[in-house]
Amino acid sequence: MSERIQQRNHEREQRLAHVWGNLPGWGALAAVNHTTVGLRFIATGLVFFLVGGLLAMLIRTQLALPEQDIIESALYNQLFTMHGTVMMFLFAIPVLEGLAMYLIPKMIGTRDLVFPRLSALGYFCYLFGGLIVLSSLVLEVAPDAGWFMYTPLSSATYSPGPGSDFWLLGITFVEISAISAGVELVVSILRTRANGMSLNRMPIFCWYILAMALMIVFGFPPLILGSVLLELERAAGFVFFATAGGGDPLLWQHLFWLFGHPEVYIIFLPAAGIVSTLIPVFARHPLVGYRWIVLSIITMGFISFGLWVHHMFTVGIPHLAQAFFSVASMLVAIPTGIQIFAWLATLWYGKVVFRLPMLWILGFLVVFVCGGLTGVMLALAPFNWQVHDTHFVVAHMHYVLVGGMLFPLVAGLYYWLPHVSGRMPSDSLGRWGFWLFFGGFNLTFLLMHLTGLLGMPRRIYTYEAGLGWEWLNLVSSIGGFIMAIGVAVVIVDIVLHFRFGQRAEQNPWGADTLEWAIPMPVNTYNFSSLPEISTRHPMWNAPELVESIAAGEHGLADVQALRRDIYGSDATTGKVREVVHLPTNSWLPLMTALALAVLCISLLVKAYLLAVVFTVMALVLSLRWSWENGAHPRAAPTDDNEPGAPPLHSRTCNGPGLWGMVVSLMADGTFFVSLLFGWFYLWTAAPEWTLPDHSPIQLVPMIFSGLLLTAAVGVFWVLVRGLRRRRATHLGPGMWLVAALGAGHWALLAGQLMSAPLAPTERAHDAVLTVILFYLLLHSGLAVIFTLLQAVRVRLGYTAARLPYEPIVIQPFWFYTLGVYWLSLLAFLLLPNAWSVG
Amino acid sequence: MAGLGIPVLLSGCGGELSVLAPAGPNAQASAWLWWGMFGWFTAVLVVVVALWLFALKRTPGNAPDAHIRKGQSRWIIWGGLVLPVSTIAVVLAFGLPAGQGMLPQEAADAKVLKIEVTAHQWWWEVNYPDSDISLKNEVHIPAGKPVDLHLTSADVIHSFWVPRLGGKLDAIPGHTNILRLHADEAGTYRGQCAEFCGREHAHMAFTVTAHDASGYQQWTEQEGRDE
Repeated sequence: MSERIQQRNHEREQRLAHVWGNLPGWGALAAVNHTTVGLRFIATGLVFFLVGGLLAMLIRTQLALPEQDIIESALYNQLFTMHGTVMMFLFAIPVLEGLAMYLIPKMIGTRDLVFPRLSALGYFCYLFGGLIVLSSLVLEVAPDAGWFMYTPLSSATYSPGPGSDFWLLGITFVEISAISAGVELVVSILRTRANGMSLNRMPIFCWYILAMALMIVFGFPPLILGSVLLELERAAGFVFFATAGGGDPLLWQHLFWLFGHPEVYIIFLPAAGIVSTLIPVFARHPLVGYRWIVLSIITMGFISFGLWVHHMFTVGIPHLAQAFFSVASMLVAIPTGIQIFAWLATLWYGKVVFRLPMLWILGFLVVFVCGGLTGVMLALAPFNWQVHDTHFVVAHMHYVLVGGMLFPLVAGLYYWLPHVSGRMPSDSLGRWGFWLFFGGFNLTFLLMHLTGLLGMPRRIYTYEAGLGWEWLNLVSSIGGFIMAIGVAVVIVDIVLHFRFGQRAEQNPWGADTLEWAIPMPVNTYNFSSLPEISTRHPMWNAPELVESIAAGEHGLADVQALRRDIYGSDATTGKVREVVHLPTNSWLPLMTALALAVLCISLLVKAYLLAVVFTVMALVLSLRWSWENGAHPRAAPTDDNEPGAPPLHSRTCNGPGLWGMVVSLMADGTFFVSLLFGWFYLWTAAPEWTLPDHSPIQLVPMIFSGLLLTAAVGVFWVLVRGLRRRRATHLGPGMWLVAALGAGHWALLAGQLMSAPLAPTERAHDAVLTVILFYLLLHSGLAVIFTLLQAVRVRLGYTAARLPYEPIVIQPFWFYTLGVYWLSLLAFLLLPNAWSVG
Repeated sequence: MAGLGIPVLLSGCGGELSVLAPAGPNAQASAWLWWGMFGWFTAVLVVVVALWLFALKRTPGNAPDAHIRKGQSRWIIWGGLVLPVSTIAVVLAFGLPAGQGMLPQEAADAKVLKIEVTAHQWWWEVNYPDSDISLKNEVHIPAGKPVDLHLTSADVIHSFWVPRLGGKLDAIPGHTNILRLHADEAGTYRGQCAEFCGREHAHMAFTVTAHDASGYQQWTEQEGRDE
């Protein structure tokens, strides 16, 4: 009897493995599974880390002794620029995203992220973008203006080679992956948690990742905007950052640090999430102050957007503003302090089992607290004026980033290794690796604070003897090489463990979170059945879940109609609301990313016709991708044996697609607001800003065009209101009408752009106007295309009264387009007009 | 940071570009801020790490739950709120007035000597608008009183920094920033471009020579004749 049950269970799991598995051989490139994609992110990120580390070794070799000429200044400038760029953009963020992508679905008890093809697209964009950026090093034309690319040094005049273009285009390409991961993680965490996993039962790691993902959504657009503007200035001569014509180099610094400061927390938060996850496990005690920590995370997220100016204390900002940003910067110490002491209290009241990952957590504490304290020092403007741009800052940021990110990351890697491999890492080799790394790190960077105080600026390729810096630099270089040996030992340890590590037992560390309920090594569908959760510590309070999940006693135990099914749940209570059917393996992400890569390369070599071709190609591919969604027969055929309750998500009105759209529009909105900020900033602060006597844009056609847009959105709104009430009268013709009105609007707007006497290469005012017009055209153009596709889908029966899903997803996009249109008209046309008249 | 104290004492704080060898009131104030923060923060670091190490070793007793809960919030409130808030308050109470004192005070400054400095890749152009003196990579100032440098740039962003006399300020194309320098005694002080500005950034050095009152007078007359 029990054998037959076992047999049946085995067959059931084989069906799951078949539906959820990747394609064999080269087909692995079509994989969309979060486990596969997450591990690819992590592995690729670690390779980039080694590249970045190698660059650092070259830097330390050059600086070991005074007046060396092993590396001349042109190459040295490329080395430190690339070291920073690779470590920040190609290692730190992607690795943490990868870790989050791997872990989040497992921690919230589901089978995949909610937009699997987006995960794959993100990975390929990251890989190709990273390779493009790295290729510049091989071609010896790497960017050399520092990793924050200050203008005018990075402009066409002072960096005539293609180096800066590699940076601007390559990094923007990589950022697509960050934003897509951000959107996907937010929606997955909010909408696909296990049944009953309310927000306050969510593992603390998910809170950290939720905050990180939202910060990516709001933090990256300013940099993307900055990069687009700078590339337009470099390639087409538009005026944004050059003083002559009304630009301002400081605008770049504002946009960069508007991104750059949150980015530090984007890196720190997931790492702190690892700390908050591991400490309770090894303390055998629930995390003290869960609510306090959640509050600290949210506070940190908000504060981090209000302190970017502390990177700019020496640019001549008004004194009151400096005082304000000094205070704001120091306030971050409060949520950080709360977390440090919550961790301390957890250890205090727990009975600590000291295993290898804890060693790295301890290293984190020492290094990070030190970095945090020097951070408070740097936040004080009068002290900052002295040590800004010296090796003191170099030391500080390495303490914060290596301490706040790398130490927890390695702790996490060791901790989750058994999950991936089913084997335990070795204790002895791991300890050697830690002490070499920890010792080498402090030898390199502790003394570097003093080097900075003795006056050594950062980014100098050599220095003269006799300034008291010689022995400090020599010790730093020796420490750097010891640290490198430590990294090598850790790598050897990890590689060896895959072969020689002891087999891990189920839940080897005695953890409390759900990812350890999965059999090891990991499979493609995570959970054989989707459990209901009634506690924050399922593996401590309900360890029997391991057996009952495997036995298929919970939800969605068997495959239906070859679909990849997961539960969609309520954002706050976690109660199941729908069955979300996910797309399977697909080549489209790879193809889209390839098209974007060719686009990126053709912009680099200034082959603009090719760029247009591949832009269109990328668009077509992504529309093709969106085609097999919803009620398309290959996504989820409409047939009679559909589940009634909970329903399939593509039959509902508030599915993950709508959430994804809204979160994406938040990123888009941040882009728009950054542009608005740039406009007002230049207007008020650029030394040579001028408004033309007459606006180059005619107001009347613009208003008429806006009315057409308003009409289009109005009709669309009426159609969607009907759909929400499951009525679809005149749905098809209605869609055609909306598309026609939208196209009319678009044509009028395009006509304005073509006919207006704009001089973007002479006046910053016109340059911003040109960008905003293109931005509006892009939005209404896309909205029209989406609507046309809906009209066709209505005819094919993929959108109907009982299939209202897709128009509801598109509606916010129309609203957004309408909103930015009128706002733009107000801010970019009416306000300057009123100004000139006044 | 704890280990930082010893080498500092061993090597002394000297050096021609050392922030820790101040030769004017502004640099002096920054140095005091450093030593104050260094002392207090080192203590914080040592205590926090010691507490963690003790927490790792400690065997928890069998205290009642209510007692434990109270203890837990006490850690967070004292360590996470009181400690950082009071530290920040003290740091700001000393730091903000100190910073204010370093800045040019507009009303009282009519008589302060004005020097125009224009940064180039990779040299410094120095002009004295009152006396038509032009110099390259050297600035001469009277000792014992404040001087205002009006900084701008002809190309990319640079940063003017004389560590022994005070903090740095950026020279930005299209903008003019005013940096107040103040040397207590006559002497020559080294300066260095602090903002990365391209290939020869490492070599973009200059000197500031402070003269006593009669020496400065003499120097002005001498230079004025040479022009």
